[in-house]
Amino acid sequence: MLGKTAGGLYWMFRYLERSENTARLVHAGHRIAMTRSTAAQDEWASILATAGADAAYLSRYDSYDGPSVVDFLLRDRDNPSSVMSVIEASRNNARLVRTALTREVWEAVNGCWMVLKDLLARRVNERDLPHVLTTIRERSAFVRGALHGTMVRNEAYDFARIGTFLERADNTARILDVKYYVLLPSALHVGSSLDNVQWETILRSVSAEGSFRYLHGGDVRPLAIADFLILDRRLPRSLAFCASKIGDNLGYLAEEYGARMPCHDMSDEICTSLRTSTIDGIFERGLHECIQSFIRANNDLGAQIEIDFKFNG
Amino acid sequence: MTDRRIFDEMTGDGSGTVRDPYLSYNEWFAEEDPKRLHRKAQEAESVFRLSGITFNVYGRAEADERLIPFDIVPRILSAREWTRLSRGIEQRVRAVNAFLHDIYHRQEIIKAGRLPAAMIAQNEAFLPQMIGVTPPGGVYTHIVGTDLVRTGEDEFYVLEDNARTPSGVSYMLENRETMLQMFPELFIRNRVQPVSNYPRLLRRSLSECAPQRCTGAPTVAILTPGIHNSAYFEHSFLADQMSVELVEGHDLKLVDGRIAMRTTRGYQPIDVLYRRVDDDFLDPLNFRPDSMLGIPGIMDVYRSGGITIANAPGTGIADDKAIYSYMPDIVEFYTGEKAILSNVPTWRCNEPDSLAYVLEHLSELVVKEVHGSGGYGMLVGPAASKKELAAFRDKLTAKPGNYIAQPTLSLSTVPIFTKSGLAPRHVDLRPFALVSPNRVDITPGGLTRVALKQGSLVVNSSQGGGTKDTWVLEE
Repeated sequence: MLGKTAGGLYWMFRYLERSENTARLVHAGHRIAMTRSTAAQDEWASILATAGADAAYLSRYDSYDGPSVVDFLLRDRDNPSSVMSVIEASRNNARLVRTALTREVWEAVNGCWMVLKDLLARRVNERDLPHVLTTIRERSAFVRGALHGTMVRNEAYDFARIGTFLERADNTARILDVKYYVLLPSALHVGSSLDNVQWETILRSVSAEGSFRYLHGGDVRPLAIADFLILDRRLPRSLAFCASKIGDNLGYLAEEYGARMPCHDMSDEICTSLRTSTIDGIFERGLHECIQSFIRANNDLGAQIEIDFKFNG
Repeated sequence: MTDRRIFDEMTGDGSGTVRDPYLSYNEWFAEEDPKRLHRKAQEAESVFRLSGITFNVYGRAEADERLIPFDIVPRILSAREWTRLSRGIEQRVRAVNAFLHDIYHRQEIIKAGRLPAAMIAQNEAFLPQMIGVTPPGGVYTHIVGTDLVRTGEDEFYVLEDNARTPSGVSYMLENRETMLQMFPELFIRNRVQPVSNYPRLLRRSLSECAPQRCTGAPTVAILTPGIHNSAYFEHSFLADQMSVELVEGHDLKLVDGRIAMRTTRGYQPIDVLYRRVDDDFLDPLNFRPDSMLGIPGIMDVYRSGGITIANAPGTGIADDKAIYSYMPDIVEFYTGEKAILSNVPTWRCNEPDSLAYVLEHLSELVVKEVHGSGGYGMLVGPAASKKELAAFRDKLTAKPGNYIAQPTLSLSTVPIFTKSGLAPRHVDLRPFALVSPNRVDITPGGLTRVALKQGSLVVNSSQGGGTKDTWVLEE
C-alpha cells in the first residue's frame, strides 16, 4: 500500500470522527443554552476551547453568543475544524484513496458530503439545529457502518481504525482537559444544581449519559465520571478503550508486516499506563497533569505512526 | 431538423423507416411509458452523482464538480459497421506506431519526400529526447482514442487520432453499467457486445510492455496529476478496476536506477507507468523545470530500460493537427494499403494558397488550433457572429502556422430523450484501442459524445456535451 494511501485513510477517518465529535459538543452546548441561559456564555467558551477553535473564533467575534458559535463550529470555511471543513477534508481524502475503499464506503462518505453541503449551505435556523446535528452524526455512522460491513480486515481497515481512535481519544481528553476543574474534589458541592449540569454536559459530550446512569445508577459523583471517561474499557469513547483499540490495530499491522516499529512501543506504554492506573492515583498525581500528558502522548503517537508508515515523503 | 443532408442513425434519410440496428430498440421504446423513462433518467443522474462520476471544470472553484449529462437512448452500431470501423482503426493505429518509430529513428518518410522535413523539425510536439529511443516492446501508443464522425450510411471520417493520453474510457464503462442496471430487459432483447473486459485487457497489454529490467510479474501504476485534475475520477476508476496503485509525482522517486513508489513498507520499483500527465510535466530535469507533477530523472530511467512509460513521451507528434493532414500518406507509406477510414479534407494555413482560401470562406469552415484540444480556441464558422469572425481573422493572419481549417461536416445525429420525446442530436464516437507488442485490441463501441443543444456540433463535455452508451450488436 502507498504511504499516501495509508495517510489518506487515517485522515479520512480522523476528520470524519471530528465532525461527529463537534456535533456532540454543539449539542451539549445547545442544551445548556436552553436550560440555563446564564451559564451559556461560559459553556460556549469552553466548547470552543475543547474544539481548539477559541483563538480563531475571537479573531472574528467579540462575544460568545450562541448562534455565532454554532455557525462557526458547523459551517465556517475559515475554521479548519468546522463540520463542513472536516467533512470536505474527509471526502477529499476519500477521493485520494478511492482505490482502497469499497464502493459502499466511498458512496457513504460522498453521500455524507452531498447531504451536509446542502444542509449547511446557509446559517442553520434554531428550529432546524437538532435535525442538522442528528444528520451529522447519522451520516458519519453510515460511513462507519459501511466500513465495518464491507471492508476486508487488512491494513486499509487498520489505518482507518487507528485514525478514528486517535481522534476520539484526543476529543475525550480535550473535554476533560477543559472541564477538569468541575470534577475536582475541591469543587465538590454535591447536589448543587450547577455541578449537576456540568457533569451532565461532560457525559453528554461523549454520548455517555445513558450508559453512565445504567452502570452507576444514581451515583453521580465526579470521581465516578472521571473513572468512566478515562479508565472504563466498556465505554467506547473512554481513553482506555481508544488506546487499547489503537494497540490492537497496530498489533495487526505488526503481524502483517512481520515487524514492530517505534510506534508500537509508544502505544504499549500508553496502554500499560492506563491499565495500571486507578482513578484515585490519577487524582493524587493531579487530574489536569495526567490529562495533559495523555494528550501529548497521544499526539506523539500519531506523529510517530505517520513516520513509521511513511505517510509523507 | 428538416435538413435532408443530415444522416440520422436511427431513421436514416428520414423517409419514415427505422434502420436495422435500431429496430428492436424502437419497438421497445414505443411500448414504454415516457413517465417511467423520465424517472429512470433522473435516477441515472443521482447514481452518477453518488458514485462521484464527475469532472472538474478548469478555471472554476475547486468544489465545482460537474456531471457529464448522460442520455438514456443508446447509440447502436451493427456488427458489419463495426467490423469495418475496427479494421480501419487498427490500420491507422499500426501506421501511427510505425510512423513514431520512424520519425524518432531513420525518418524514412521524410527521405522519401512524403512529409516535409519542416513538419517535424519545427514542430513543438516533436521530442528530441526521444531520438534513437525504442520503447519496450516497440510500442509507442499503448492506448489510442480515435475520434470518428459519420456523415452517411457508409461515410466515416477520422477527426483526431488522440495518441497522447486519451480520456473518456471510464464513461464508456460506467455508461454501460448504468444501462445494464436501469434497463436489463434491453440486453435480453438485443445481443450487445460487452465492454467490461477493458480494464483487464489494459492491464494485460501494459504488462506485456514491461521494460528490460523488470523481473517477475510487472508492477503497473497510474500516474495522476491529483484530485483537482479534470479527469481524476477516471484515473482512480481505472486504478481501482485494474487493481493497481494510483500515484502522484510526490509518491515517486529515483531509487537504485529505478522509479519507485513510497509504500508503507518502503520504496518499491514500478515497471510500467500509465501516466495521465502531459510530456511537459513528466520530468522537471528533462522538460519543464517548474513541474510539480512529475518525477525528476524518469526520462533517464526510461532511456536505460528501467521503466515503461505509457503512452511513450513524444507521441504527440502523431496526433498533431498539422501532421493530421498527412495521415492518408502516412497510412499508405507504412502499411502499403489505402487508408480504410477517410481523413477530413484539411487546409494547412501555413500554405499561402490555403490561407487565402480559408480567409475567404471563414464563415463556412471549422478552424482549429494546431496544438489545441478539448474544443478550446476553435472557431465554428457557421455558428460564429460577425464580431467573432473578425477577431478570428486577425488571429489567423497574425499566426497562420498555428491553424488548420476543415469544412463543417454535417455530422450524423442520434436521438436523445427529451421532455417532448425523441429528438435528433449530433454525435461523434471515440473507440479505444489497446496496443501491445503482438496485438491491437479494440473494445467494441467506445464513447459516444452528443451535443445536447439542438443543431449544435460541439460535443465536448467541457462545453456542455453529454454522453451515451454505445452498442455494437453481435452478428
